Amino acid sequence: MTTQIHYAPKGVLRVRLEGELDHHCAFQVRRELDEAIDWSAPAVLELDMAGVTFMDSSGIGVVLGRYKRIKSQGGSMRVVNVPPRVDQIFSMAGLYAIIARG
Amino acid sequence: MEQHKNFMQMEIPARSENEGFARVVIGAFASRLDPTMEELADIKTAVSEAVTNAIVHAYANPGGIIALEAWAEPHRLEVAVRDCGRGIDNVTQAMEPFYTTSPETERSGMGFTVMQSFMDEVEVHSQSGHGTTVRMVKRIGCEE
Repeated sequence: MTTQIHYAPKGVLRVRLEGELDHHCAFQVRRELDEAIDWSAPAVLELDMAGVTFMDSSGIGVVLGRYKRIKSQGGSMRVVNVPPRVDQIFSMAGLYAIIARG
Repeated sequence: MEQHKNFMQMEIPARSENEGFARVVIGAFASRLDPTMEELADIKTAVSEAVTNAIVHAYANPGGIIALEAWAEPHRLEVAVRDCGRGIDNVTQAMEPFYTTSPETERSGMGFTVMQSFMDEVEVHSQSGHGTTVRMVKRIGCEE
């Protein structure tokens, strides 16, 4: 899994995830995202899921963990371009009750 | 074991880098049953959950082994993920959505829920101190 981080204007931190998001790579993704969040203190974290070719429930933990972190800093979070498989798992976990889907 | 079915068995160390490998193997084996892309993704996701559970929970020390077994017959794939680890004390509780013993590592507790959603049958046999077996069945090409 690779993460492409883009610091957009107006406090938007855009991160594009590409590849397979499982337990094995969750730790690395989480570390890279947290570094970017802490460094830029964004108003909005936008996770672009378009390039995610596989995700299991490990992805729920990654997204929820980042949501908690950014919320504690006063920011918000959204997920965009969510592929159907990923969407199914996010829905199962009730993620959209707290995280916006763009 | 039912020997007349085509089957596969493999053993892998309980290391997280083997999660992707287990998915590739079960995907290749299941492909013989000519599943849809959706069915194949269901199987790979459920196996990924079961193997990850074993890697995260079964063994306190490195070196533990996880067995992945699968049996194929027309329109039906059976998969077993087996470890000889510490076992699950309360399987009913472990299978509840959002139940996790590892919140500090951001485990969501949704693994069994995902397995149950994507497979037609999921059975968990566990004995404290002796290990856990997750047995799952996916019917293939049977959509009404």
